[in-house]
Order: sequence, then structure tokens, then C-alpha cells
Amino acid sequence: MNWKLYSLLKSPWVFHLSTGSCNNCDIEILDFLTPRYDAERFGIQLVGSPRHADILLVTGAMNRKAAPLAKKIYNQMAKPCLVIAFGACGCTQGIFEGSYAVAGTVDSEIPVDLYIPGCPPRPEAIIAGIARLISSIKEKKE
Amino acid sequence: MTKIIPVGPYHPLQEEPEFFQLHVDGENVTDIDITIGYNHRGIEKLSEARTFDQSAFLVERVCGICSTSHPFAFVQAVEDIGKIEVPERALYIRSIVGELERIHSHLLWLGLAGHFLGYNTIWMWAWKCRETVIDILELISGNRQNYAMFKVGGVRRDIDDNDIPHYLKLLDEVVPALNLFRGAVTDDPVIRARLVGVGVLSREEAVSYAAVGPTARASGIAIDVRKDEPYAAYDRIEWEIIVTENGDVYDKVILRVLEMLESVKIARQCLENLPGGEIDANVKEIPPGEGIGRHEAPRGEVLHYVLSDGSNMPVRHKIRAPSFQNVPTNKVAAVGETISDAAIVLAAVDPCYCCTERIAVIDTGGDRRAACGDELIRLSQEKTRRIARRMGREIK
Ligand code: SF4
Repeated sequence: MNWKLYSLLKSPWVFHLSTGSCNNCDIEILDFLTPRYDAERFGIQLVGSPRHADILLVTGAMNRKAAPLAKKIYNQMAKPCLVIAFGACGCTQGIFEGSYAVAGTVDSEIPVDLYIPGCPPRPEAIIAGIARLISSIKEKKE
Repeated sequence: MTKIIPVGPYHPLQEEPEFFQLHVDGENVTDIDITIGYNHRGIEKLSEARTFDQSAFLVERVCGICSTSHPFAFVQAVEDIGKIEVPERALYIRSIVGELERIHSHLLWLGLAGHFLGYNTIWMWAWKCRETVIDILELISGNRQNYAMFKVGGVRRDIDDNDIPHYLKLLDEVVPALNLFRGAVTDDPVIRARLVGVGVLSREEAVSYAAVGPTARASGIAIDVRKDEPYAAYDRIEWEIIVTENGDVYDKVILRVLEMLESVKIARQCLENLPGGEIDANVKEIPPGEGIGRHEAPRGEVLHYVLSDGSNMPVRHKIRAPSFQNVPTNKVAAVGETISDAAIVLAAVDPCYCCTERIAVIDTGGDRRAACGDELIRLSQEKTRRIARRMGREIK
């Protein structure tokens, strides 16, 4: 029973990290803050610094230049924290698999708690994913 | 004394990673350096291992915002090799998707620009209005982004004639919102005070930096591939190039708002006059040869070069995105501005680093130099030769 983790879940703050994505995933992440999806009503908020964040949302296919930075940013986050691999690229490298420029998948660099597949996933999928993650942690607690 | 302010690579300013170094003297920006490469995915190389049909999906993912522009230019390049005649209906559908993309891309930019200026209301409203455009695209293509509409010789999906009135209705809903933005930008004294005369790119500078798209058109240069070298359905309908004269950020904003209204006009005409017939030329083979495809993306001209040896895959595929030319104009536009204006000036060219990141050669200037592997080997070999000469030997 991880009370620290449990206490994050009321209003998770999200830091968005793009590690060689095509932008679409990132746009959909911004999209889920805007009026139609309005994630802020659930207390989900994008923040500008990993040190303030509870959830790290990683998009893209782990470019070689970005991979060490991703690790560094993960290390900067206050623990416990949650990591979400976002998009087909984040989960499996997607269409960029086999390129000389990608170093690995997100989970080969940092531990991942949730995968949201799709190219790009719809904003609804982000909300559903985060809700799933929250409820699974709550279940574990009980 | 000059200080350097590092911004990035992960910063809330933009959704893509890029690393700015602003050299500042007091409040004023004296120089600017941009380092990119965090998004490079080696797409040109990947494309050489994919068939012409598969590459269309790959180039869509060069950049998410212009996910129509790259396939648009790519299929035209391949069609240029084979001199393939594309059916009329497909040309119109291509133009429709291209223009809808322009509207959503400009709205996206407008929202972000509003956000940078502290007008979060503009951000929320612009993106709300953008959802309507995305809805049309989703109804046409089946996906909100990455539409997968383009294929060599035509388009993948047809537009159902019965749905056209509905699309037209949705397009009409966009127009009042666009007019509202136009009013908001032209009437608001604060926005004017923030943007007029800021980040000026003169006509001569735009020419010397070879700026394209809205960045060039805001400086009074009427270039637009859609008019200069018409393709798809752009020469079959009535529309105007929007040009403004001053080259400041204000003109770039106004220009984009007016362009969206023009795009609505183009999309509307294409939908109303959509001809019947096939949507695909059923291309069987691509002959050996080389071809070039150009498309006016929301940010300017994209160019794709494809070399074919007669097999089903490209031998070489080169992509040149508009931001490649537009981003360096920051060097004149941002230098001399205050640091608080730097954010909006840097954003004003609507940079897209995903597009630009085809290859990174870093010239750090001065005595610091970045060397690639080959150069290191060359330097090492030179040293051996120098030492050998000193010792009176000769190495061949
Ligand atoms: S998953 Fe698809 S949309 Fe997301 S970054 Fe990768 S290619 Fe782009």
C-alpha cells in the first residue's frame, strides 16, 4: 500500500516529454486541455517542470539524442511518480522501428506504468488511460 | 556584457524539443543559436526501405501538423517520375484535404500565439474552433490526424456526395469564428501594441534568407506554389494570394487569419464543384527516373525529391521542409528585440522542427568546432602524416 502514490491521484500534474515524435501525439496532448475535452475538470494539468509533475507523459520513438535527456528528466521527478508511454511510437517505436536514429523504446530507458497506443491516440484515450491508471492503483491499495 | 540564456530542450514554450541559446545584453537579444536534433528519426533513410505505397504513410509522420503536406508533395514527386495522370475527382479531394489542413494548422498556431502573449482565451477559442475542422477531416478520412488520404495516382478514400452539404454546414460554422479572431486581433489595442513593429523581417531580408510561405508573404513577397506552379485543383477555382507588407509579427498574424478565410473559400468551391468519376489511376509500375513534388504547406513550400530505379522502392528520397528556410530568419527578426518579445518572434515563423530535422550539421563558429566521425579520422590521419614528415618519413 503506497500512500504516497495514492495521494498523487487526486489531481495528477503531467509533464509532457517528446523524445522524437511526429508532433501529432503532442498536439493531441495539448488538445485534451482545450474546451472540448477539458481535462482540467479532473484536476489534470500540464506543468512546465518535471520537478512539479506526478506523471511523465512520454511521446515519440526515443531518438538517440533525446534518450539520455529522458533518463535525466525521469531522475529529476519526485518519486513516486508514474510514467505513461504515449502513442504507437512511445509503446513500440511504431513506424520508426529500425531507424538508425532511434535508441530504443521508452520502456528500455525508463520504467513505464501505462501504455496508450494509437497513432495518435485520441484525446479521449488519454483521459481513459489516466482514469484506468488511477483506478488500478486505488484497487491495489484496497 | 553578453549573457547566454539557455531555453530548452524541454520547455513549455513549444511542444517539440529544441534548444535555444539567447545571447542577451541587458534586456536585448544580441544573437541567437538554435540546436535541434532531438526529433530526428531518419525518415529519408527509412523511406528507401519502403515501397512507394508505404512511404506515403511514412512521410505523413514527418510532421503531425502538416500530415497532408508531406504525402501531397511525395505523391506528386512519384507521379512526376511516371508522368501519371491523376483523375480529376482525386485532385479536388486532395485540395480539399490540403486546405482543411491549412485551416487547422493556422488555428493551432493562432492559439499558441495567443497563449504566448498571455491571451489564453484566444488559445482556448482557437482550439475549440479547430475541433470543427478536425471533425470534417475525421468524417472525410476516418482519423483526426494522420489522414492517410494520399496514394500514388489518386486518393485512398472517396467523399460521399450525400455528405457534402453537411461538410459545407460545418465549414460555415468556422467562418464566424475566424471573423471573430480577425476582429480580436485588429481591434485589441494591447495586441497591436505588443505586435506592431516587433520582429520585423524586411522584404530584402526575406529574399536573402529565401523565406517561404506566410513568413515571406507577410514581408510583401507574393510567392505561393499553389499559384506559381498550380497543381491539384488550385488552378480550377477562384482564390487570391494574401500578402501583407510590413513583415512584423502583427502582419504575420493577420495574414494567417486572412489565409484561413481564403482556405474556407477554396475548400467550399472544391466541395461544391466536386467532379464525378474515379479517384485512383491504379498505378502498376514506377519507371526509373527522378521527380520533384511541391506543395504549399501551411508554413510554406515543401519539396520532395524522389529517385527511382524502376523497382518498387525509392532509391533516394529527399525532403525539404519550409521551416528549414524560415527558422534562420529569426536571426534578423529576433535580434535587437527585448527578451520578452523573443518568445512571440520565435513563434511567429510557425517553426516546425519535426519537419526540419532531416539532418543536423552543427557549426559552432569561432574556435569551437563540432566534428563528425569522418572529420575526426581525417584529422587523426593528418596528424600522423605531420609527425611522419617531422621524422623524415613519408606515409602514402
Ligand atoms: S505514434 Fe503516430 S502520431 Fe504519435 S508520434 Fe508516433 S507517428 Fe506520430
